[in-house]
Amino acid sequence: MTFLEYAPAPESTAILNLRKSYGLFIDGAFVDGRGTPFQTISPATEVPIAEIANANGADVDAAVTAARRAYERTWSKLSGADRGKYLFRIARLVQERARELAVAESLDNGKPIKESRDVDIPLVAAWFFYYAGWADKLDYAGLGPSPRALGVAAQVIPWNFPLLMLAWKIAPALAAGNTVVLKPAETTPLTALIFAEILQQADLPPGVVNIITGAGDTGKALVNHGDVNKVAFTGSTAVGRAIAKSTAGTGKKLTLELGGKAANIVFDDAPIDQAIEGIVNGIFFNQGHVCCAGSRLLVQENVHDEVISRLKHRLSTLRVGDPLDKNTDVGAINSRQQLERIQELSEVGEQEGAERWSPACELPTTGFWFAPTIFTNVSTSHRIAREEIFGPVLSVLTFRTPAEAIAKANNTPYGLSAGIWSDKGSRILGVADKLRAGVVWANTFNQFDPASPFGGYKESGYGREGGRHGLAAYLEARGWNSPVPSEGARA
Amino acid sequence: MTAMKHTALAPAERAVELIGGDLTEKSLRLHLEGLPGVDAVGLEARAGALGARSIKTTSKAWALDKIIELIDLTTLEGADTPGKVRSLVAKAITPDASDLTTPRVAAVCVYGDMVADAVAALGSAHSAGGDDGINVAAVATAFPSGRASLSVKIADTAEAVVAGADEIDMVIDRGAFLSGRYGLVFDQIVAVKEACRREDGSYAHLKVILETGELTTYDNVRRASWLSILAGGDFIKTSTGKVTPAATLPVTLLMLQVVGDWYRLTGERIGVKPAGGIRTSKDAIKYLVTVAETVGEQWLQPHLFRFGASSLLNDVLLQRQKLRTGRYSGPDYVTID
Amino acid sequence: MNRLVIPKTYKLYIGGKFPRSESGRVYEIATAKGTFLANVAKASRKDAREAVVAARAAVTGWSGATGYNRGQVLYRIAELLEGRRAQFVDEIRASEGVSVSAAERQVDAAIDVWVWYAGWADKYVQVAGNGNPVSGPFFNVSTPESTGVVAIVAPQESSLLGLASVVAPALVSGNTVVVLASETAPLSAISFSEILATSDVPGGVVNILTGSAAEVAPWLASHADVNAIDLAGAGSLEWVDLQIAAAETLKRVLAPEVGVPAPSLERITFFTETKTVWHPKGII
Repeated sequence: MTFLEYAPAPESTAILNLRKSYGLFIDGAFVDGRGTPFQTISPATEVPIAEIANANGADVDAAVTAARRAYERTWSKLSGADRGKYLFRIARLVQERARELAVAESLDNGKPIKESRDVDIPLVAAWFFYYAGWADKLDYAGLGPSPRALGVAAQVIPWNFPLLMLAWKIAPALAAGNTVVLKPAETTPLTALIFAEILQQADLPPGVVNIITGAGDTGKALVNHGDVNKVAFTGSTAVGRAIAKSTAGTGKKLTLELGGKAANIVFDDAPIDQAIEGIVNGIFFNQGHVCCAGSRLLVQENVHDEVISRLKHRLSTLRVGDPLDKNTDVGAINSRQQLERIQELSEVGEQEGAERWSPACELPTTGFWFAPTIFTNVSTSHRIAREEIFGPVLSVLTFRTPAEAIAKANNTPYGLSAGIWSDKGSRILGVADKLRAGVVWANTFNQFDPASPFGGYKESGYGREGGRHGLAAYLEARGWNSPVPSEGARA
Repeated sequence: MTAMKHTALAPAERAVELIGGDLTEKSLRLHLEGLPGVDAVGLEARAGALGARSIKTTSKAWALDKIIELIDLTTLEGADTPGKVRSLVAKAITPDASDLTTPRVAAVCVYGDMVADAVAALGSAHSAGGDDGINVAAVATAFPSGRASLSVKIADTAEAVVAGADEIDMVIDRGAFLSGRYGLVFDQIVAVKEACRREDGSYAHLKVILETGELTTYDNVRRASWLSILAGGDFIKTSTGKVTPAATLPVTLLMLQVVGDWYRLTGERIGVKPAGGIRTSKDAIKYLVTVAETVGEQWLQPHLFRFGASSLLNDVLLQRQKLRTGRYSGPDYVTID
Repeated sequence: MNRLVIPKTYKLYIGGKFPRSESGRVYEIATAKGTFLANVAKASRKDAREAVVAARAAVTGWSGATGYNRGQVLYRIAELLEGRRAQFVDEIRASEGVSVSAAERQVDAAIDVWVWYAGWADKYVQVAGNGNPVSGPFFNVSTPESTGVVAIVAPQESSLLGLASVVAPALVSGNTVVVLASETAPLSAISFSEILATSDVPGGVVNILTGSAAEVAPWLASHADVNAIDLAGAGSLEWVDLQIAAAETLKRVLAPEVGVPAPSLERITFFTETKTVWHPKGII
């Protein structure tokens, strides 16, 4: 035998206690949806997991109505301290049911269990803990005295980090005193629905959080509902743009976390072994379904061959396969639709003359799979260097000088994240200053923390999630004391 | 510092080949300082990820046997006696009397003056330069501190080789290294390597102990590893076991990355030996995973990877018994050596 | 004997120069009582395009200056305004039809607004930024920085104070600006550009267009090289359409306000982007 073919080490699904079908979570209870229900499947096997209710316009209205009622009657009347206590309860319940949530997430999303277990779910709990403590300290949030909640928040989240994105949205919204209607992505509703059960265990007042499932139409009805005060969306730039247009002039406060095409810049003095890890983590973490993925590798030309050779060697040890196996590094692509997009753009990359390479790896025959792929000889004008692929596909470009690296890194309508690898402190700080990106990881990549603001420049959206800054998305300042003498006060 | 700049160094073959020209203190220093830096947080995160692999069932069974085959079963006490060494050797030959399918360890590791006792105790089980059997490794060069004159270190080494040691575990002069006298460290390794030469012209294998716990930084570990290979070391070894921290997974990972780089550069495979502090099967399996996923499985052979350990063996035996019987075993079911 | 006065030719201010509109168009400005005051350049979409080019070219220098430096440059504007107070009082009185004391109050308030914002340039980062205590061995700091090119529709009334109240906050962090001045009372904006030209504000950092906001604003709102748009004075325009146009490239949009926006830190930070930088912390 070969040792490297580790024996299967599957995480047991016995911990799950799933229902055959799930309704909409409105006003504290599961209710039937009025649209046609749909199946959520495991992308690794295409086997259905559960039937999911589909919210139509009337259901959306019912959810918003419940949220409004809860806001007016209950949530806005609670003290910040009590809101915080509910959030602390939720954080603890997430920790208690962490393994169950991790297994459900990997089953429904296709991501490796080691990521859902060690990254997603621990961060979910951390997010609730962090914002729980803010709930009674909003005066210190930097918005002036007694900032006001906005009211009802409509939140639409993507499929790449289903429960984590839920936490990013719900935790600050509740801490700030808003009530919520949240729609998870149609391919990954499962953990949001288990989360609804957690809210019941936490005895959160009915209507404070409502979770409705459905596809794009449901999301559209939600963000365009007239009684919504706040819209928060994470997803594609195309949909974000449409939301920005449809909410124009409505006075709804809008925050958007959209696409990215991050440059991961490797200088010739980089700590090379860690840089290789950072490149791998940057693009193959979560199958590359990461808006801040380091999908454009910018390598200083004098170390290009060395970096690529090491990178290829490293990729040969990546384990692609069963998301529930504890040794899987790269799991399943989330959906057939996404797989087709990745396949299409990869073919375009070849047609444009870039050189395609993947390590030898056997992919399962059912489910949606795509081998880790790198393209070398990529130019800035290639589509694979400009469009977000949202898959395990890395485009490698070269640069000669720091100025060229900065120029190429910024040469994109996106501006979400960037990476810098160098042993020279002043260069790191100097380059970080010049990168037009909301998150800059220097000598590391894909780090997330509830205390750290996250969000983009330019077409990567606006607003920040995480940290003190994340509260501003859910609060309205009442203003500071008059900063300058009013007109006429001067003699 | 000024005086050492152009001091000529012993023309060790690898160093001359790689650095070229007249090998000097200065050319060696420039070479070592040109190595890429190490980011501690990233290195430790990578080690953590490798350590989180889940090795089950058949893979675990394979790993437990492999660990035993890679152990340098060690006693390095001031109180060592011929009797203690005989006991150690007996354990090395028959690790688990209740299961004679248990593999033997790679070597026993003793002080130089105990080599003759170890050789005698091994008898026909001694490899004596062959492929089968158990090696005798001797720590040398004023182990563990290395604070002695070069002539003492050479004599220490040569005597152990004459007494039948198959492997010499030398220590580098950490004081010289930390004060920047890389050439001195280099020349000493070259000299000790020469002292490993037997009458028939063959050499005892040279393991170079960096004592990473005293070098402290990862950048130092990378430079010292590289220096030791250039000077002729067959193995690079983390620690004496007498300094804390001894072997750690990040340090071992880093040293594996160095030998991997050396292999890609020259096609030559150098061994790695973590020593000290590895006490459980669970920990040892993390090292196997790290070897397999960095330099590859071909490194999991006694001439390329060793564990310097004493109590590790019994924990592996307990795990083996558990796999065999399906129930948990206890310390009374393995022997103390 | 009355001396025959020399009237001023009121032109645009783009890239530190005073061009006429490339379209050759002007429109007539009269006093509140209808007396002719001046022919003012009526900017075209091409003038707007040139202004954006000039503003973009000025971004690197202005945003790259230290906060201390930008603060002094902005304070210098207040100094020069103070020195030409009488001229602005006259212009405001004539074009807005207000009393001398009202005009004086407006000029004084505008000067104070510049002073107030000038003082923020080397402080807003401290107040709006954050060191973040992440749970790992990482240095992590968030700092705001300018968003780039900001297009502004200035308030229609209170021409000089309105202009100061929207332009100054955008400049604090290092943005460059293309501003559509009050359509009906543009004279003090144009005179203000003379202050800019003789101050230490680099050419292109502030570009002032006069003319029809309804005609020009859509071109700025849809321009892909504009990062943000301040609709402070756009309340009477089809501003929702402007916001929709701005959404095409996800511009940051500040909604119309009634009257002159009060000075606020939020007007500074609205036109900034928060950048969070991570770096490992290790000693070995």
